Amino acid sequence: MSINFDSALGIHADALRVRSQRAELLASNLSNSDTPGYKARDIDFKSALKMASSGDSGMMKMSHQNHMQPTAMQTASPVIQYRTTMQDALDGNSVDEQIEQAQFMQNSIQYQASLDFLGGKFTGLMKAIRGE
Amino acid sequence: MSLFNIFDIASSGMSAQSVRLNITASNLANADSVGASKDEIYRARQPVFSTVLDDAQRGLSAGSVQVMAIVEAQTAGREEYNPSHPMANDKGYIYHSNVDTMSEMANMMSASRSYQNNVEVANTSKQLLLQTLQLGK
Repeated sequence: MSINFDSALGIHADALRVRSQRAELLASNLSNSDTPGYKARDIDFKSALKMASSGDSGMMKMSHQNHMQPTAMQTASPVIQYRTTMQDALDGNSVDEQIEQAQFMQNSIQYQASLDFLGGKFTGLMKAIRGE
Repeated sequence: MSLFNIFDIASSGMSAQSVRLNITASNLANADSVGASKDEIYRARQPVFSTVLDDAQRGLSAGSVQVMAIVEAQTAGREEYNPSHPMANDKGYIYHSNVDTMSEMANMMSASRSYQNNVEVANTSKQLLLQTLQLGK
């Protein structure tokens, strides 16, 4: 059995990255809670993790040399979706601060969980290296 | 690393909300100021926020917030007949500012809550980053 970091750390490194991206998006929602017309967004975690662990960027692929290459501006990441609101505001803002704060808290706990799993993997690797 | 961007986003939120608090303070302080004509009164100001969308290079387009403009309320101020007032015009009228004290107070509370939200977000991200630095030790 060969030991490399990718197989040793499993999905937790990818999970950590997706969690930190989600934290960024939720922070953006919270700081735009008074911006007229701003729509709250969130990550579809399941497909984001699937994409992150398979190395698929979600962008269109070129199967022919004459295909146009989409720029990053034109292809927003497909895993970002708008949140469905409970009640609408007159200024078109769809941020519900309570929901966003709860989601942010949940996300940070899950980030810590991923960190703990990752730390456990490292501890296991260190034990294997030392042979104790 | 996305968690570092949260500091930018949260701090933009804090500075936007503090501008809003600042304007509210100015409105409340000038709530009782008077003018000699309808055009000389103090007009209540409001900030207009807008989202700054970062270049989408990073794939995620999480945006911070900025104060796009500061607009003045165009409602008419209260008119009062008070000939003994030093600011009174030749017909004896003075004009009050158009600040709505109640809505300014509500505005102030909303701004301070939003500010607290942003502080909380920044604190949580700081903790997460510090724990990440401890990873593997």
